[in-house]
This record gives sequence, structure tokens and C-alpha cells, in this order.
Amino acid sequence: MTIGLFIPCYVNQFYPNVAIASLELLEKQGLKVEYPLNQTCCGQPIANSGFEKSAIETYNLFVKIFHHFDYIVSPSGSCVYHVKKHFNIINQSDEVTHVRSRIYEISEFLVDVLGKENFNSYFPHRVGLHQSCHGLRGLNLGKPSEIMGEEYSVIKKLLGNVKGIELVTLDREDECCGFGGSFAVTEEAVSVKMGIDRINDHIKHNAEVITATDMSCLMHLEGIIRKRNLLVKVKHLVEILNSTN
Amino acid sequence: MIGHPQAAEIFNEDEERVNWHDKSLWGVRQKRDNVASKVKGWEELRELASEIKAHTLSKLDEYLIQFEIQAKKNRAIVHWATNAEEHNKIVYKILNEHNAKNVVKSKSMLTEECGLNHYLGKKEIDIVDTDLGERIVQLAKEPPSHIVMPAIHKKREEIDELFHQHLKTELSGGDEVYLAREARKHLRQKFLNADAAITGVNFAVAETGIIVVCTNEGNADMGVHSTKLHIACMGIEKLVPKLEHLGIFLRLLARSATGQPITAYTSHFRSPKKGNDFHIVIVDNGRSNHLGMPDFRNSLRCIRCGACMNTCPVYRRSGGHSYNATVPGPIGSILSPGFDLSKYSSLPFASSLCGSCSNVCPVKIDIHPQLYKWRQVITEKSHKDRIKNIVIFISSRIFSKPSAFKLCSKFGNLSLRLLPQSITNSLVKGWTKHRMLPKVPENTFTEWYKKNRML
Repeated sequence: MTIGLFIPCYVNQFYPNVAIASLELLEKQGLKVEYPLNQTCCGQPIANSGFEKSAIETYNLFVKIFHHFDYIVSPSGSCVYHVKKHFNIINQSDEVTHVRSRIYEISEFLVDVLGKENFNSYFPHRVGLHQSCHGLRGLNLGKPSEIMGEEYSVIKKLLGNVKGIELVTLDREDECCGFGGSFAVTEEAVSVKMGIDRINDHIKHNAEVITATDMSCLMHLEGIIRKRNLLVKVKHLVEILNSTN
Repeated sequence: MIGHPQAAEIFNEDEERVNWHDKSLWGVRQKRDNVASKVKGWEELRELASEIKAHTLSKLDEYLIQFEIQAKKNRAIVHWATNAEEHNKIVYKILNEHNAKNVVKSKSMLTEECGLNHYLGKKEIDIVDTDLGERIVQLAKEPPSHIVMPAIHKKREEIDELFHQHLKTELSGGDEVYLAREARKHLRQKFLNADAAITGVNFAVAETGIIVVCTNEGNADMGVHSTKLHIACMGIEKLVPKLEHLGIFLRLLARSATGQPITAYTSHFRSPKKGNDFHIVIVDNGRSNHLGMPDFRNSLRCIRCGACMNTCPVYRRSGGHSYNATVPGPIGSILSPGFDLSKYSSLPFASSLCGSCSNVCPVKIDIHPQLYKWRQVITEKSHKDRIKNIVIFISSRIFSKPSAFKLCSKFGNLSLRLLPQSITNSLVKGWTKHRMLPKVPENTFTEWYKKNRML
């Protein structure tokens, strides 16, 4: 089984440690992982701005690069959701349907495909879980607070097995952080206010670290945290899972 | 006219007010969660309601005709209006025929949509909104900021001031009991003097020809019972096929809207009292056109509960007026572009696409996927924002060509590392006014990978 690792463009540029942690975490499970060097983007930034037709070439390139892998794994629920949901506008060849059905957000891949929930991780900190919307409501990684029924959360299951971690309860368990791609810039005032409120919920409950399945949420929150010289830190989920004693 | 981002920015100048507004509406969302969690099979109920509405919309022509036949049998007089202007003319004509000068109205977003108050005002008819929240915004000469709680943006102290000015009340420091009593006295007088009552319609039952109006204040009943003329105004999408379907919607409506099990009054109107007149005005005003758009038609399932507004993190932090539409919030952002694409072109972008709206919707409208689809329609039809267009086009070129992408991202990365932060910050103004750019690491992951895995 060969895994194709998809690393979102901004993670490659700004957060290589998240990509390294993803790679190492997968390799530790005895998997053969490849990172195709000619990968670019899933096309989401273009499509969410209302230009999905301009993203078609990007979609086709994505499929060309990743279709020969058994699974495609990425540390971004948002990109994975985009491929699954919005690659519907290109011709649904076998390659395309393969990519759309075999692409997984990394925590979902670890739990649902590999059946692994414990990685001997050690992270002795107070952590708040920011449930990135596309992972939560798009990929069903957990039960959103609006939906009535049994509680479940892939991420909480994984974090529950991390030694030393103290997971804080937030006032609003799954409020959006306000990133939203181009929304962060076009609706700057509301986006920033949403981010501030999300951070304050974590600070109020003495979280040292905010974690999430999407680095884009965390990039936005970190941008506000650093601008305001706040003490709380951000860490992608895979960085926590890949931390050992 | 300014778009949503500018209006939202103005709203955000007063952070304390934003916090207060956000908290009030979040409280309503929490009440909704609490009461919904007590209904066994809530999700199944939503599914059922959604399917009934989908079915109704698929045979809307038949159900409308059935409704008209039944309503006429009940001695209601039925009128059809293709647009707002026709609606207003019909209502005025009926009022004029009855020589009605003083009209009490219970809450109706449709008459708001048609601009009825303004129209009748010019004809020297005194039209009074009798729902407390509606009356407050009417006195303030503002549109409602929310479809269920029209004055949710007003603080008690502001209402105190407004009543003092218009109703000559004492300034009470925002004493809600005093203000509610004074409003009651004021409105009671309006009911007693009224010649006609106008109501909206929450549901119309095709099978029986009845209309159902849900209120908490009983003001629809007060109006209808204190006058000889009742005019009910409804959009064509208000139908449910049978009386037995009503229970499903009534169980969902108030719980989704305000977290109540049911509204205090659920009034069924069938036939006028002897000597009275009962008119029903059925309005299209763009709805059948909307029904003709496969990607967007199911937004007509909406039962106007406002739950999507209460849950929307953007609505809570930008206020209903920032949408500048009769129906604000997520549902307004997918309905309004269907009526006027260029006027409402900023609304589908006023969302982080978090998806919470679709999850609370009692009739399961796919609100956030429709926001996404409207964005595609808008960018294709409008060439206003050419620069953004070009930037997106270039980036799509870059993302679709690995070599170009590498060159550009390398340059972008380098420029962040080498240029003084003041310059890079000004390059990306929209991001950096309140946020820092990410720190640039020594190596990209690609560089690391080449060194560590490709030796």
C-alpha cells in the first residue's frame, strides 16, 4: 500500500513541521509514503472565491498527480473536503472517482482506515480543541453541536490517548474561527472578530495550546495572537500526536 | 449602497455592542439546542419536514389551485399578485372599498418585502405594526434586523428613549416591565380604533383552505377579532398539502426559532364571521422564477424560523442591517440574489462557509452549498471586481502548473523572509491590519523532504 501525501501549499511554505509530523506519523505505522514534488493546490482558494471554472486545470493536475496512490492523506480537512465535495465539476473518470473516494484527512485515515488510535504520544499541556468546520461538518469527524444524537469525535478519541494532555472544555465547542479563505480578507472585520472571540474562549479556560485539524484556522488565529502578543500557542493535531516522551 | 463588508466593518467599530449582539443571539441558539434535544427523533422530524416541502414545491401549481378552491368554499376572497406592486395595489383597493383608514398589522415579512407600509402611508392610511418588536423598529423608522426578533439589535435603554419620544412615556432606565405595559396600552388603543387587520401567514393548508398564523403576543387574533376586515398576505411557498402535515412544522418552527416548544398562539383562520370579510392575497414576487432554478429552488422550503441567523457567526457579529435585505443572514443571502443579483452580490460572500446554518435548518435547506453556488454565478455575471478577477485567474494558472507554482511560491516565501515586515505587511493589507503574517521557516517542507527522504 502506498500513500500519497498531500501537503497544502501554505503548509509547505509556512508550516513545514506540520508536514514533517504528518509524514513521520504515517511512516511510524509502517506505511510507504510518497510526497509528489510537483503537487500544487486543491483549488479551494480559487473555487471558494467564486471561480471554480478557473480551478478545473488545478483539479485535473491534482488527479493526475495522485490517482495512482492507494490512499491520499492530508493534514487538512478543508482541502480533503474540497476534493471530495467540489471535484464534481470535472469529468468523473475512474481516476477522479478513485481520488475523491480515497482521499482522507489524516486523523480519519488513522482511526477509520488503519484502526489506530494510540501513538504513544506525550504532550503535557492544557489544550483546547478548535474543531475546524470543514472537518467537523464537512467530513463528519465529530458530531456538530447543532445535530441531535449520540456524541462522537474522532479527534477527541485521538487526543484522549495522548499522555499528559489536559483537554479544556470551551464555552462554544464548535464555533467557526473566521478564517474562511478569501473571507479572511474580503470580510476582514468580521473574520478578525470571530478569531478574537475564538482565542478568548481558549484563554478564558486557561488553554496553553489551541489545536485543530486545519492549519489555515490556526494560521489565522496565530496571526491575531502574535499581533496582540498573547501567550496561547497553536499546534496542529499531528504535531501533538507525533510528540513523544 | 455599501456592501456587506463595509456595513459589517461599521458595526464592528463598537466591539461592546458586537459582543452584546452575539451573546443575545447565541443564547437563542442554545435555547434551541436545549429544546430540540428533548424531542425524540428531532433529525427524523427535520427530514420529514424537508421532504414534505420538497414534495409541495414540486406540485406547487396544483396545491395552489386546490388551496384557492377550498378557501373560496370557506367564504374567503382570494387574490393573486405577481409582484410587490400588484400586492400593494390589491391591499389598498380592498381597504379603500371598506373605507378603512386605520389598519393594524401583525408580523409579516412579505408585506415588508413588498414595502406595504410605505405604500399605504402615501395613501394616508395609518398602518401600525402590532408585534412589539416590529412596532419598535417602525417607531425608529428602521427595517427589522431579524425575521423573528425584528428589534434584536436595539438595547432596552434605546427602546426606553424611543418610547419616551414617540409614546410620551417616562424615562425608566430600560425597565422592561414598564415598557411592555406602556406598549400594551398604546397598542390596545390602536386595536380598538382599527378598521381592518392585516396578517401574514405561516402556513396555508391546501386540503382545507385554512391559513395558520403563529404569534407570541396574540396580536394577529387581537387585530382580526377587533375589526370586520381581515387581509392575509402570503407568498406562494407557504403551502403544506394536508392538515396532518401541520403538526410536523409546528413542532419544528418555534423550537428552531426561539427555543420554545410552541408559540403562545397558533391561530387557524378558516371563514369570516357573519358580516365580516376575509381576503387572502397570494403573492409570487419572484418566487416562481426562483423555483425555476434547480440549484437554488429548495431555499423556498424556508419556514422563516430565523435559526440560521441565530447560529451564524457572521450574522451575530455584523447585525441584520448589514445585509440590507428584507431577509438577512444565511437564508437571506441565498434568497436575495435570486431577486436582484447585482444589488445582493456581496451577500453570498458574507460567510466563512462553516455550515452551521444548514445543520440548524428545520427543513434541511443546503444553505452553505448554495452560498458557494451563488458565488460561482456572481463571478460569472459580474465583471465589477476586475482586479480580483485577474488575481484569481493568475493564481489558477500558477496552481495548475507545477513549475510556475514553485517559482512563485519560492519568491513569495523569500520576499516574506527578506523584506522588512512593514513592506510585506502593506502588501497584504487585508490580512495584516489585525493579524501578523506567518513566520517564514528556513526551509519549506519540499526542501526538507528532498534533503531527508530523497538522498
